[in-house]
Amino acid sequence: MRNKLKSLILAGAATAALLPGAASADVEIEYWQYFFDARVEAMEQLIASFEEENPDITVTMTHFPYADYRTKVAAAIPAGEGPDVVQLFYGWLNDYIEAGLIQPLPTDTFDPDVIDAEFFPMVGAMKKDGVYYALPTAVRSLALFYNERLLEAAGVEPPTTLDELVEVAAATTERDGAGNITQVGITTGMTAQDHHWFREVLIRQFGGEPYLDDYQTVNYDTEAGRAALDYYTGLQSEHGVTIEGFMDEPQAAFKAGRAAMHIDGSFRIGSLADQRGLRWGVTELPAAADGTQSNYSSYWVNAITSKAEGEKLEAAVKFMEFITSDEAMQVWLDVVGELPAKPSVGMTDDNANDEVFGPFIRGLEYAHTTIFANESSQRQVLVDMVSQINIGGQEPGESLSEAAAAEQAILDDYYAD
Amino acid sequence: MFRYRDLTIRQKQIVWAWIFLAVPVLFYSVIRFYPTGNAVLISFQEWNLLGTRTWTGLDNYVKLWNDPVFWKVFVNTFLYLLIGTPVSLLISFVIAYHLDKLRFGHSFIRMLYFLPFMTSAVAMAWVWRWFYQGVPIGLFNNFLASIGIAQVEFLNSTTNALPAVLAPAIWAGLGFQIIIFMAGLRSIPQSYYEAARIDGVSWWTVLSEITLPLLRPTIVFIVVFSSIGFLRIFDHVFNMTTNNPGGPLNSTKPLVLMIYDTAFNSFDMGYAAAQTVVLFTILLIVSLIQLWLLRADR
Repeated sequence: MRNKLKSLILAGAATAALLPGAASADVEIEYWQYFFDARVEAMEQLIASFEEENPDITVTMTHFPYADYRTKVAAAIPAGEGPDVVQLFYGWLNDYIEAGLIQPLPTDTFDPDVIDAEFFPMVGAMKKDGVYYALPTAVRSLALFYNERLLEAAGVEPPTTLDELVEVAAATTERDGAGNITQVGITTGMTAQDHHWFREVLIRQFGGEPYLDDYQTVNYDTEAGRAALDYYTGLQSEHGVTIEGFMDEPQAAFKAGRAAMHIDGSFRIGSLADQRGLRWGVTELPAAADGTQSNYSSYWVNAITSKAEGEKLEAAVKFMEFITSDEAMQVWLDVVGELPAKPSVGMTDDNANDEVFGPFIRGLEYAHTTIFANESSQRQVLVDMVSQINIGGQEPGESLSEAAAAEQAILDDYYAD
Repeated sequence: MFRYRDLTIRQKQIVWAWIFLAVPVLFYSVIRFYPTGNAVLISFQEWNLLGTRTWTGLDNYVKLWNDPVFWKVFVNTFLYLLIGTPVSLLISFVIAYHLDKLRFGHSFIRMLYFLPFMTSAVAMAWVWRWFYQGVPIGLFNNFLASIGIAQVEFLNSTTNALPAVLAPAIWAGLGFQIIIFMAGLRSIPQSYYEAARIDGVSWWTVLSEITLPLLRPTIVFIVVFSSIGFLRIFDHVFNMTTNNPGGPLNSTKPLVLMIYDTAFNSFDMGYAAAQTVVLFTILLIVSLIQLWLLRADR
């Protein structure tokens, strides 16, 4: 009797669980992204309101740990097993287009001219031969985090120019009796976000253009590149306001309150917000002496795979339209803390003047997106360049030339075939 | 026609033996031999995991031969082997030799030595990584600074980084080697030592004429075992240098880390497979030499 009752309840629960799906599952599409609590939560919200608007479409979300994500996606899509709509890092897109694994967004719904006009300019990196292949819901940019307590204690204000940055850093650096630095003015480390700061920000601020020919030709072995490098390495060698890799990782030093300033991406906000006893602020990246501002932006994009055909394709297009809408971007900002990809959402008074998000969002207006052939290898080149100078004792000009040549070799190898 | 009941008992036994053996044989073919063969095949192709595989012949091997990073990594791999094996052998023998003579607290001390072997390599590597940091968080450098000695760059140095990474790897394997050595020491018949005592020879003669020669099989086993371990070193290096894997300037990068990097960061599967084939060959040669040494002894 008891067993019968139990199975009855179970059956009822199972039917109830199936019901909404069963009633509306005319088309089912699959969506993949990597696992990050807030991202999954935001997507669940979006899927719920999308399904409400489109009762004949069901979206199933699958997520994996970040560590396996790239390999799993790369293995599944060619096998025809994967998602209809997939989230990819913008830097991987070239490989997917070349292998024919994702399809261009239909121009009747995603008119390239409209996208050009409506999105922040760096999204243009997703356009190939006049059509868009993918679009982001949210983007990331860099800004300068500062420790309010340490700046107050030194009696200085957050810097707005590169020269002020050096002064503020000098005022907040502390050393012990033997001259060992125990607190840095600013964190440095090419392994973190500094390679983006150097590439897209410093080189441009010293009058250079880091790459030519659509990021296929390295162009920083120049006077501007040298000036940018000297400024960057000078923070340690000339001004003594930092140590590369101080306290192992830059963000760790800043979190521990042992660094007055730290350049990092908007994705760091979440982990700093929970840090007890740390009072921090954000400001835009310091401008050059002539007022030039620059920033680096990266993003995850959504794309439709070549697997989606017929009515699934129609559903996928509708879903893409929905997750790149203004409404979706606001949800993403509120839940995940990632920046909207359109000025119409980002530059609202509330968002652009937000104490925390504001500096990042304002940075988007003048941000650049590096088109990487292989981000980790290209980063390694700059890591090695600075190591050569700092621990190899190499002449900076020589290191810069070597780095430019090494990075060019990576690009040549990639674009050769 | 083949009929089971026509077979002799001996033949039936063989049939049954093969039926049972078929399971591991099949398992090994699918799990080991097929992927191995496939890896060799991929090493002659170009493949980024997404597109189609294209045949490139020996290109990957030529590229490897001309890659300065590969030769740097090759040297590193053998440095791990040539420093790691003798040092760990010597330390573990000295400890086992004295521990064997010790009665008081014997099992407790043995347990202490064995503990690191049971600890996760990842956790251990991170703790050591923090030990090695500079002032104000590094244990070693804080100690040096407190007694007025200049800081030492452990990991952020092209010369010190490799020994610094190797040290915890040796420490971690010590417990296992000590246990094996103690088993070897216990298996030497006491009568030899009694005879030596009657003859009144020195401890050095006992060590060099009785203990070491009779420990030879144990030593060969530990050498084979630990050299394969050092040739395949990965987790310690990777975890101690995650931000700049195998760095600085490739000074700590072993072959396995280069393979990982080529395969899962650059997605250059063909090139990574070629490196794997080279590593396989090195391991095979080293193992064959050591097996030959084992056999010559017996």
